[in-house]
This record gives sequence, C-alpha cells and structure tokens, in this order.
Amino acid sequence: MLEIGLAHYLVVAAVLFTLGIFGIFLNRKNVIVIMMSIELMLLAVNINFVAFSTHMGDLVGQVFAVFILTVAAAEAAIGLAILVIYFRNRGSIAVEDINMMKG
Amino acid sequence: MITTDLSMALPEIFLACSATVLLMYGAYAGNKTAGFVSALSVAVIAVAFGLIFFGGQKQGVAFGGLFVVDAYANYMKLVALTASGFGILMTQRFVEREGMARFEIPVLMVLATLGMMMMISSNDLMSLYVGLELQSLALYVIAAIRRENLRSSEAGLKYFVLGALSSGMLLYGCSMVYGFTGTTDFDTLGTVISGLAAGNESPQVGLVVGLVFVCAAIAFKISAVPFHMWTPDVYEGAPTPVTAFFASAPKVAAIALFARLLSDPFGSLVAEWQQIIVFVALASMILGSLAAIKQTNIKRLMAYSSIGNIGYALVGLAAGTQAGVEGLVIYMTIYIFMNMGTFACILSMRQKGNMVEGIDDLKGLSKTSPAMALALTIFMFSMAGIPPLAGFFAKYVVFAAAVDAGLTTLAVIGILTSVIGAFYYLRIIKVMYFDEPSGSFDKPIGAEMTLVLTVTTAFIVFFILFSSPIMDGAAVAASSLFAG
Repeated sequence: MLEIGLAHYLVVAAVLFTLGIFGIFLNRKNVIVIMMSIELMLLAVNINFVAFSTHMGDLVGQVFAVFILTVAAAEAAIGLAILVIYFRNRGSIAVEDINMMKG
Repeated sequence: MITTDLSMALPEIFLACSATVLLMYGAYAGNKTAGFVSALSVAVIAVAFGLIFFGGQKQGVAFGGLFVVDAYANYMKLVALTASGFGILMTQRFVEREGMARFEIPVLMVLATLGMMMMISSNDLMSLYVGLELQSLALYVIAAIRRENLRSSEAGLKYFVLGALSSGMLLYGCSMVYGFTGTTDFDTLGTVISGLAAGNESPQVGLVVGLVFVCAAIAFKISAVPFHMWTPDVYEGAPTPVTAFFASAPKVAAIALFARLLSDPFGSLVAEWQQIIVFVALASMILGSLAAIKQTNIKRLMAYSSIGNIGYALVGLAAGTQAGVEGLVIYMTIYIFMNMGTFACILSMRQKGNMVEGIDDLKGLSKTSPAMALALTIFMFSMAGIPPLAGFFAKYVVFAAAVDAGLTTLAVIGILTSVIGAFYYLRIIKVMYFDEPSGSFDKPIGAEMTLVLTVTTAFIVFFILFSSPIMDGAAVAASSLFAG
C-alpha cells in the first residue's frame, strides 16, 4: 500500500505550477486561458502551503493559503474587468491580437 | 499592546481611512469633484509624510511580528510618499485636458501608496504579499484607466498578466521558504538561516529554489532584465502621468523591499543571491543603455532609461554591504527627482493641444520655450551622470560601494554602460538646441507643473550644496537595516 507523503503533494503542486506557467507562455489562442493558468498557479501554491503546514503541524501555512484565496479572487475580478474593456476596444481576445505596441 | 501597535502603523491607518473616505465622497459627489478629490489626495499624502517625518514613532516590530518600523522603513516611506505626491499632483491637470478626469485615479494612487508603505514595512512573507498585491491591483487598474483607449487597455492587460505571473512566482518562492524553514517571519527566518551558516551546513536546495523564485518575482516588479519585457509596452500605453507614477513610486517600494529581504532574513545566504543580483544588475544596465538608442518615443525611451537606472541601483545591492544599501537608498532618492522632473517636462510639452511623444517633436525647443529646454537639459545631464548634478553622486555612491566590496568588474561595466547611455540623453539635448523648430509649443503649463519642475530642478542642481540631510538620513537608514 503506497503511503501518500509530503513529497507527493509537492510533486503535484510543482507539476500544476509548471502547467500554469506553460499555459501563459505557450498559449496562442485566448486570454481567458491565461486567466485560468494564473488561477492554476495560485492554487498549486496553495497545495504547497497546506501540505507543508500539515506536515509541520504549523498553522501559518494555512492562514497564508486563506490570504492567497482572498487576494486571488480580487485579482481575477480585476483581470476580467480589464479583459472586458479590452474586448470592447479591440473586438477580440485572441492572444495574437494583443499587438498594438511591439515589445 | 494593541494601542502601541496601532500608533506605530498610524501613517498607514491614516492613508487607509482617508482613501475610503475619499472614495465614498467621490462616489456620492460624482466626477465633477475629481479635481477636489485629487487636491485632497495630495493633502492626505502630505499629512502621511508629516506623520512619519515629525511623528517620532516608536520603532520596533508590531502586530505579532508582521509589521516593522525602523529608520530604513521611515526613510523609504518618505521617498515613496514624495514620489506619489508629485505623481498625483501632475495627474489632475493632464486628465482634465484629456477629458478623462475621474475621481478614482487619485484614490487608486493613494491606495497604491498604502500598498507600497505596507511593502516597505513588512516583516513577514504574509504582509509582504498582501502589501505587494494591494499596490499591484491598484496599479493594474490605473494602467487601464483610459477605458475607451485601446493602447491603455492593452497596457493594463499586459501589466495584469505579467504582474499576476510574478505574484505566482513570489508565492511559490514563499511556500518553498516556508516549507524548508518552518516560518514566514523575517526575524525567525534570519535566525534559522544564519543558524545554518553558523553550523557550516549548506542551505537545502528547496530554500535556495524559494529564494530564487522570490528574487525573480521582485525583479519583475522593479522591471530588471530579464524580467523587463512588460515595461516599454506598459509605459507607452498607459496615460503619461500614470507612467511617471509607475516609473518612480512602485520602484522605490519594491527595491526597498528587495534590500530588506536580502540583507535581513537572507543576509547569511549572500553567496547564493549575490551572483543573481550581479547578473541582473549587469543585464539591466547593458540592455537599458543599448535598447534605448533606437527608440523614437519618449515614453519608451524613459522605460529603457528606468530599466538602466534600476540596474545601477542594484549595483549597490549587489555589494551586499551596509555601504551598498546606503548607496542604493541615495540612488533611489535622487532617481525619483530626476524621473519626476523629466516627466513633468514631457507632460508640459504640447503642440496644438496634443501631447508630444516623439523625440523629433522636441526639435528647436530651446527657441520656442528656453526655460523648459534648460530644465530638460539639466535632467538629461543628471541622468547621464555628469557632475556637479545629483545624478553623478547617485552613480558615484553605488559604484564606490561596489568597488569596496570587490566587485570592480561590475563597477567598470556600469561606468561603460553609463557612457553609452549618455549618448541618447545627449541626443535629446542636441535635438532641442541644434535642430530647427518643427512647430511652436502651447504656452501655459499649469501651476502644478511649474511647482514640480521648480522643486525637482532645484533638488538636482543644488544637491551638491545641501546633500547632507539626504546622505545622513540614508546612512542612518542603512545602519538600522544592518543593526539586528
């Protein structure tokens, strides 16, 4: 019987975090997917915090995770609001179309 | 004691309450009162400045170790508040002329300033994160505040995506640091990490990975190479006074946080982080000076100039010594005055009611408005580091600290890149003085601009005579960071 330990949680979190980063950089289609990738990164971090917290028997990590959840909600709200005004101006949310300024 | 804690955070609490009141007032009184809200916001920033400057608060940690007040925090808060005050002051006239006056702009700037003060005073990874996010979320909105403008909303979108990415990296780093040390408190972290160093144990890989992630995330916030790619686009797209604000106050806060983090809790890991900072400083200085040469838009040019300036400031941090942090503190103080002054010039120059953004539009400025040309010349010479202007002393202190710490190569490369950088600063002066005028500039520039221009020019020119308050303040600040 396989014992699920700290290392397993850390690997899952690391995989999810990497998926999130790749989702931002390799995604060529849609900005909404970028928003989802950002959420994925933040939730991966939460897994990390909660896993460390229970492993060490220290509550600080879980408190931190609650803070992250709260701030992530505010961040998503602002991100979607900016996306809406961008869509109104550009008429598209394809990643290739975000090219008014080169850089 | 809770009253002691509250009194130590009085400037922050005052800003938070005032921002809420201003927001409510604006929401009920409507956009006609935007000018009044803006004036009140400047007053609020001034009061917060006074509370820190004359307050003589008790120093130490508060709120169970989450919040710290020391000479370093106070000094950096004063610098950040100065930058914010200038920023709000310059914004109002501009947004009125452009027909985009909204009461939210000054309120958001006050909230961003509150976030900056929390960052500067943070003494725990948790308060660091919350402060950073308060600042960032306000800045995302201000970047996209021009809702009907495609460039502004694109700038906001880019800033948001890359800012959120950097927050994610910061958090991942924090989780690793927490996991491998068992604490998020800076003081305990410092004890744990210096305990490792004292026992001749090498730090765990997880801890170093965490440190690298945190460094990368803060490098994003201060737009240091290789995490600078958002800077030119956001600076170009955002409304010009907002760009002026972006280029000064948040940089001060993020770099103050960076210096505290690296010298206080991670001070014993200097061997691990020094090479990162040296690389980032080198890359920023080189890219900042080379990429600026081919720019034709002043705001993009200023973006690369700010990347280069951050590189010079990081040279002081790379030294890893008290003198290095002192140099960094002095550099950032002088930088905000140079930066605000230059942007005040850019904001004041208008042709036939339109903003001037191209460098070619500056042709013959010396003939059409000589005072403005002279002021811009002073700022450009100062940025290029020509004595006896303030910019020279800024570069001198950081390079001297780097040489003392044995980083001679870094200092030499820094001086070489500042010579390359002088090329594009001098080109602006050449365009203003030796090219034929392409059109006349609109005359009235507004009392606020005149005030900002006068104060910043006076600071840059007379720094050599009245430098001792800044120098002494920076010395006290740096020594308080290294005291315990």
